[in-house]
Amino acid sequence: MNTNPILLLISAAVLNGTPLLFGTIGEILAEKTGNLNLGVEGMMYMGGAMGLGGVFYYEKAVGAGANPVLAILIALLCAFLAGAIGAVIYSFVTITLRANQNVTGLALSIFGTGAGQFIGEYMRTREGGFVAISNSLKDVFQNSPFPASLQNLPVVGPLLFCYNIFVYIGLAMAILMALYLNKTRSGLHLRAVGESPATADAAGINVTRYKYLATIIGGGISAIGGMVYIMTIAGCVWNHEGLSGEGWLAVALVIFCIWRPMNAVWGSVLFGALMILYLRLQLPFIPDQLYKILPYVVTVVVLIITSMRNKKENQPPASLGLSYFREDR
Amino acid sequence: MESVHAIELRHITKRFGKVVANDSIDLTLDRGEILSLLGENGSGKTTLMNMLAGIYLPDEGEILVNGEPAAIRSPKDSFDYHIGMIHQHFKLVDVFTAAENIVLGLHDGKLDRREIYEKVRAISDRYGFGIDPGKKVYEMSVSEKQTVEIVKVLYRGADILILDEPTAVLTPQETDRLFKILRSMREDGKAIVIITHKLHEVMALSDKVAVLRKGKYIGTVNTKDTNPQALTDMMVGHSVTLNINRPDPVDVVPRLTVKGLTCLDAEGVKKLDNVSFTAMGGEILGIAGIAGSGQKELLESIAGLYPVASGSIEYSPEGREPTELVGKSPMEIKKSGVAMAFVPEDRLGMGLVGGMGMTGNMMLRSWKKGKGAFVNKKDPNKLALEVMESLEVVTPSVECPVRRLSGGNVQKVLVGREIASCPSVLMSAYAVRGLDINTSYTIYNLMTEQKMKGVAVIFVGEDLDVLLELCDRILVLCGGQVSGIVDGRKATKEEMGLMMTRVAGRKEEQA
Repeated sequence: MNTNPILLLISAAVLNGTPLLFGTIGEILAEKTGNLNLGVEGMMYMGGAMGLGGVFYYEKAVGAGANPVLAILIALLCAFLAGAIGAVIYSFVTITLRANQNVTGLALSIFGTGAGQFIGEYMRTREGGFVAISNSLKDVFQNSPFPASLQNLPVVGPLLFCYNIFVYIGLAMAILMALYLNKTRSGLHLRAVGESPATADAAGINVTRYKYLATIIGGGISAIGGMVYIMTIAGCVWNHEGLSGEGWLAVALVIFCIWRPMNAVWGSVLFGALMILYLRLQLPFIPDQLYKILPYVVTVVVLIITSMRNKKENQPPASLGLSYFREDR
Repeated sequence: MESVHAIELRHITKRFGKVVANDSIDLTLDRGEILSLLGENGSGKTTLMNMLAGIYLPDEGEILVNGEPAAIRSPKDSFDYHIGMIHQHFKLVDVFTAAENIVLGLHDGKLDRREIYEKVRAISDRYGFGIDPGKKVYEMSVSEKQTVEIVKVLYRGADILILDEPTAVLTPQETDRLFKILRSMREDGKAIVIITHKLHEVMALSDKVAVLRKGKYIGTVNTKDTNPQALTDMMVGHSVTLNINRPDPVDVVPRLTVKGLTCLDAEGVKKLDNVSFTAMGGEILGIAGIAGSGQKELLESIAGLYPVASGSIEYSPEGREPTELVGKSPMEIKKSGVAMAFVPEDRLGMGLVGGMGMTGNMMLRSWKKGKGAFVNKKDPNKLALEVMESLEVVTPSVECPVRRLSGGNVQKVLVGREIASCPSVLMSAYAVRGLDINTSYTIYNLMTEQKMKGVAVIFVGEDLDVLLELCDRILVLCGGQVSGIVDGRKATKEEMGLMMTRVAGRKEEQA
């Protein structure tokens, strides 16, 4: 096994960064259409509880013969649906009813956190105080999908092939998102909606549809992050404390990576490292809490730098946080 | 043989509430010709063209494209009829490149940058646009942005082009270039409408001129058979008598002396160019001009809200030394003893807080008064009640948010508050816009009352009839320059109409 402290730190950072990566990719999609969905925290809670629940009840129903691939798909699907439901509420309130996005997002955060806690705790008490899946299925979620020969390669093995499957799914998601936003016509339209909905509308783009779809799909992707946290870091057990703050970190990471999915890849690893730094690098007289604010500190620094350089490409989508009224011309 | 018109409008009528914006208008447009649509502000030019662009639907009448009845319900329908409109306010995404903006909303195939660039270059070369498809819009000048808009509609295959005041934002050189492009498109058999109120451009560019006045169609003439004077007469019509009370000014003293005032906007375009005048206490100085000729900038720079590039604004209070206002913040201007009241154009945006009641809004003027941290509500409340009574503001109570009041009542609250501060200079911009006749007269009388008290009143207006009957002197602005100051009692509407469009009366030195 690898014992090199730097490699250990990197792999721990990747592990901790993956839930953030999903949260961030989803939020980038929503924000690119101008919807500042601050409900990521809530959606990740719902995704965590529903993802765990989905796999737990699936295994309970089929017993020992649970199909590992199916289990992962169920986890992904349940988490996605949970987040999508949250995002549907948000979309309806902000896009159709044109309510304030900040207030709605905060409400969704509180609602989602509560709903996730409720589902998680309800399952726990219903099932006799403990919701956990079998060890064999746990391994599917937490171990690398690659053969041992690749994993045992020196340096390259632990660096590239030793992660759980969600790390690779997250990476693929980030690449696909970057391709979609920058290389496709639909991605161009989506960005136009976020930059200037009136322009998009005049060009015959259905602003409402883009906003709805991006927010709902984005919410689903964000929620997968919550599931990934529960199924990997938390060890497939309902853990209502560990998830707290993940969603907010994801919102901060969106700003940190200046709304670019590919930046989110290394950004999430950096944030992951900053989150666990207090475990690895303990300095006397410095409390853990100081370490934990580091991700937010870097985000503020990035905001200051990008605002000072004032390059148009690095600014938030121009209509972020604003509702679109067609009558306003 | 009669050829088919590219566009034919038959009895088009459009109403906004009670206001008739277009009243049974007939118009035809042929291929290979440039038609100027001429009219004053609010004569319904843009409204009429917006119906071709699919932004508004006509209430009555019929639109024929290429001789066939057309139903244009959305901007997309308009594209399908090959009609392209270039709006005054560009609809472009700043962080996108020219090419990305041009293809926005199209669904033909995938995003092949090379192919799009080539097509854009082909259009560009054909008419001499000289456009770089990879350039970001935020790096472009206004004229380049306009070019992108034009290429955008051509890319979609438009052969009927409508340009809404295309030269308003351009320099003379850019205007010449645009005209060259428009002429080459005319040679190419396209039908072009330009909406404008600049007579010399009409004469220089168009084949035919259609004139609208107050929503009515006055007529179409061939450019070569007409002259600016005849067009102005068609545009402004005959004077109407309004019977506004206008006492002769007494004890006129210089109050505000503006010398060589020049202001630039964020893009470095001159909004005010060497403006000089004196506003007298005891008279109403009217400011006339086409919308956007620098009226807003003039008032705001006097109020200390707009940066001044050069020039001076001197305020001479009674019995004291004159003070220079340029370079001072609104707060400092107030502190230096200038009692100035500003009734801005945007009542609820700049003048009042929509969500607050009359009392709260009265307080905005006196928030520095009172002792300690607590506000003094008693005086503002008294003032609010006074204003409500004396100006007959219709409101359930002085606490009712002013947003819920009608436009006229909002204006009364604003003017009432400003007058209550006993100003020695009162500026108002479009004070009667959107108000009914009776309320308008109330506002006129308030202005006159202030004038008789010795206040220097500056009244920016858009209706020449009103300006001519209310004001003692009228300053006419054209493109940020003073094209003349006339006597309100002697000037004629035709004379002013020409000055606003600067055909004659240029450089009439008067102070």
